[in-house]
Amino acid sequence: MTIGLGHYLSVAAILFTLGIFGIFLNRKNIIIILMSVELILLAVNINLVAFSAFLGDIVGQVYALIVLTVAAAEAAIGLAILVAYFRNRGSIAVEDVNLMKG
Amino acid sequence: MSSGMYEAIVFLPLLGAVIAGLITLVGAASRHPGASPPAPHDDHAAIDHASLDSEEEVARSTAGSQAAELVTTTLLVLSWVLSCVAFVDVGFNGHDARVPLFNFITSGDLKVDWALRIDPLTAVMLVVVTTISALVHLYSIGYMADDPYKPRFFSYLSFFTFAMLALVTADNLAQLFFGWEGVGLASYLLIGFWFHKPEANAAAIKAFIVNRIGDFGFALGIFAVFLMTGSINFDTIFAQAPDLVGKTLHYLSFDVDALTLICLLLFMGAMGKSAQFLLHTWLPDAMEGPTPVSALIHAATMVTAGVFMVARLSPLFSLAPTAQAFVIVIGATTAFFAATVGLVQNDIKRIIAYSTCSQLGYMFVAMGTGAYSVGMFHLFTHAFFKALLFLGSGSVIIAMHHEQDIRHMGGLWRKIPFTYATMFVGTLALTGFPFTAGYYSKDAIIEAADAASGAAASYGFAMTVAAAALTSFYSWRLMFKTFHGAPHDRHHYEAAHESPIVMLVPLALLAIGSIGAGWPFLHLFTGDGAVEFFRDSLKIGSDNKVLEEMEHLSFAVRVIPTVMMAGGLLVAFQFYIRRPEIPERLAREQSVLYHFLLNAWYFDRIYDFLFVRPTLWLGRLLWKGGDGFIIDGFGPDGVSARVLDVTRSVVRLQTGYLYHYAFAMLIGVAAFITWFMFAGGH
Amino acid sequence: MILQAIFFYLFAGVCIASAIMVIVARNPVHSVLFLILAFVNAAGLFMLMGAEFLAMILIVVYVGAVAVLFLFVVMMLDVDFAELRHGLLNYLPIGFVVGAVLLAELLFVVGAWVIEPGVPKTITAPIAGDVSNTQALGEVLYTRYVYFFEAAGVILLVAMIGAIVMTLQHKPDVRRQRVGEQLARTRASAIEVVKVRSGQGLP
Repeated sequence: MTIGLGHYLSVAAILFTLGIFGIFLNRKNIIIILMSVELILLAVNINLVAFSAFLGDIVGQVYALIVLTVAAAEAAIGLAILVAYFRNRGSIAVEDVNLMKG
Repeated sequence: MSSGMYEAIVFLPLLGAVIAGLITLVGAASRHPGASPPAPHDDHAAIDHASLDSEEEVARSTAGSQAAELVTTTLLVLSWVLSCVAFVDVGFNGHDARVPLFNFITSGDLKVDWALRIDPLTAVMLVVVTTISALVHLYSIGYMADDPYKPRFFSYLSFFTFAMLALVTADNLAQLFFGWEGVGLASYLLIGFWFHKPEANAAAIKAFIVNRIGDFGFALGIFAVFLMTGSINFDTIFAQAPDLVGKTLHYLSFDVDALTLICLLLFMGAMGKSAQFLLHTWLPDAMEGPTPVSALIHAATMVTAGVFMVARLSPLFSLAPTAQAFVIVIGATTAFFAATVGLVQNDIKRIIAYSTCSQLGYMFVAMGTGAYSVGMFHLFTHAFFKALLFLGSGSVIIAMHHEQDIRHMGGLWRKIPFTYATMFVGTLALTGFPFTAGYYSKDAIIEAADAASGAAASYGFAMTVAAAALTSFYSWRLMFKTFHGAPHDRHHYEAAHESPIVMLVPLALLAIGSIGAGWPFLHLFTGDGAVEFFRDSLKIGSDNKVLEEMEHLSFAVRVIPTVMMAGGLLVAFQFYIRRPEIPERLAREQSVLYHFLLNAWYFDRIYDFLFVRPTLWLGRLLWKGGDGFIIDGFGPDGVSARVLDVTRSVVRLQTGYLYHYAFAMLIGVAAFITWFMFAGGH
Repeated sequence: MILQAIFFYLFAGVCIASAIMVIVARNPVHSVLFLILAFVNAAGLFMLMGAEFLAMILIVVYVGAVAVLFLFVVMMLDVDFAELRHGLLNYLPIGFVVGAVLLAELLFVVGAWVIEPGVPKTITAPIAGDVSNTQALGEVLYTRYVYFFEAAGVILLVAMIGAIVMTLQHKPDVRRQRVGEQLARTRASAIEVVKVRSGQGLP
């Protein structure tokens, strides 16, 4: 069967949903959240490249490249924050991160 | 006569009130710079024993009281002198005057000026008011000698006098109403003078509220007058009065005779102010005030304001026979009712209070028959002997060291002979002993009631005659129980002493008045002389021949009041001197009737049940339910409580957990997409 | 065609399976490794679509840098083996429902997708036919989208600075050169000439 645009988009959708699940279904630690965000960004990338391939437009790939860059930067910053937080609080278990409690 | 004399008469007491008031305020400020009032005292006796907060406080509060006393009394004596001059001038030299002062209200059709209206009726009232007021001021210097709040007292007394004078010199209904309310206010302030006593406060409020009920009718009457005549100026109203005969007012699909309605409404005000039947309940309780207040306000002047008002509006009343009949009925009923209650009272001041109530009924009987001048005559003489009786009882109270129950008195005539003598004269006048002032005026009323025609007048005659006997009985009962017999309280009896001279002089002067205010003035107030003296100030109906027919009554009618008086005296003598066990046995055997009279026909209980309790219930309902629950609940309190509730629940959203927030975002996104999908984007 | 389909399903399936394992794995190191697997498979998918430059970049940047960074952090922090806490079960129903709804919507959109006829005319930068993907990208990136390129560089710079600033700790007892102070030293503050008598020493 011809693999069409829809297949790639479905894959991306499933990855996206899994990433979202990961954010609030995890009870372990914060790093899982960051990894789930990476999954979401990966899904977005797949989407962009799929469209670029099937429409014949290189812009999609350029965009995906930029997204990649930003994702990397964001992962770095996120982990830095996490490290600083861990140094101050001593735990990154999800239940213990409730300083924003109003 | 001279310009400024009438203004002086009216405004000098006001000046005195202001000066005494300033002294009070200065004293109060120095005593309590911003702090709370002094600790409550139980009663006047406690103050007497100098159990005040401290010597210093007493000194500071009484500071300036001598100045207050002297200034107010002097100004009032001055006013009195001028009033006598005015009386002679207006009454005999015929110099009626209208002294315009300033413009009060100009609003559309309503134009009200402040002006002093001086005619013979006014002149009589001026003399009465200033005489009694001056004597009461003088008396109070002695009576209130131990009271630390004298400046306030004299200020209130003078203010009252000013309001009363404004009332009697009023040229229009608005000014009359101002004076009316002013005396009501002064009465409230003076009854509640010892405001640390809860009974005094309650009595003051009661007086004010019952008066208010009457004032409501009065105000409606004023509105009705304005509606029918377009003015509230006396001259204008009186000129238009004959045109109003037969006109009707349309109200709630009823057509009522305009003049009758107006007069009835205005009379309602008189009923309240003069403590007539149904609106009388405040007068006995008003005895909580100091005795000089009772003498001035509740004997001679304020309560007679109603009588004066009816006399002043005689042009209107003469044209409303139904209203006049109503006046007679009410007056006669009051006269009888109050006399029956006075038979069994034990507080010396209450007996005299009910006596006042009864005598006011007499005056209204006279007013109702059309013999306005006769009613004014009784007002004139009654002021003297009733004030005398009150001041005398004050002297007794001081002598007995603030004991007011006559059951604890007895045999005082040896100890306070001067007071005894003057009160004896006063009692003679009150009961109508021949040749005293009361004899002439009271008998004139009874004669007028007989001379007038109609069922109401006959009822009036019967009641006044019966009340005459009762009056005699209770007056002599008071005298015998207080001054004769064996003393019931040995300790107080031993300590009794005569009052100071400053209190005895007014008693003497009033005693002279009780005798001398009768025969010399008879021809001014009755018969043809009355018409000549009062000229236009009292308008008798054109077909009303009462004043003439009074002169031609049978001997039986003329002598019956004296017979009644003698009968009452004899019975009282029998009961309280010869066989003192009879009254006690009667009270026990006829206990229902006794208690019925003792509780003033249970009017207080009836009113409490019918009006006071429902009103308090309604008030509480509106306060707690209406104001508290509904208005506060849906307003500020409710809003703030709901805000708190909402925030409390909203706060639970802020858990601090990141994934909760992310989850919330996710739900939002899902909802948004769903909506977008089904609502269709543009 | 059939080969393409096989490879697609292979790559897609493993990618999704490893994504699930990222979330579900107990050991955080396993989670990171599964993440790496997911990335690699995604790179495979990119290859299939003809974007080989991007696929390689994915490997280099994501797997080589980002995932390694994750690994570093996981190892550095004392992250212990957390069991699946009970709390998961509380949220599972509602979370599942919401996620399922979202997925359903996405698939619905995908299924009903219709490409508008006029799209080929709006293509911004058509792929040049006979050059390699890398060259095609380069031709566009450094000419028309150079500003975005520079901006991406700035973002990376900022991220680097931010990461350093947040995690840098000065050890208190480590001596460092304070060059500014060293150069600002004057003769007057550094040297003091004292006359010393022989045999006495400094007091």
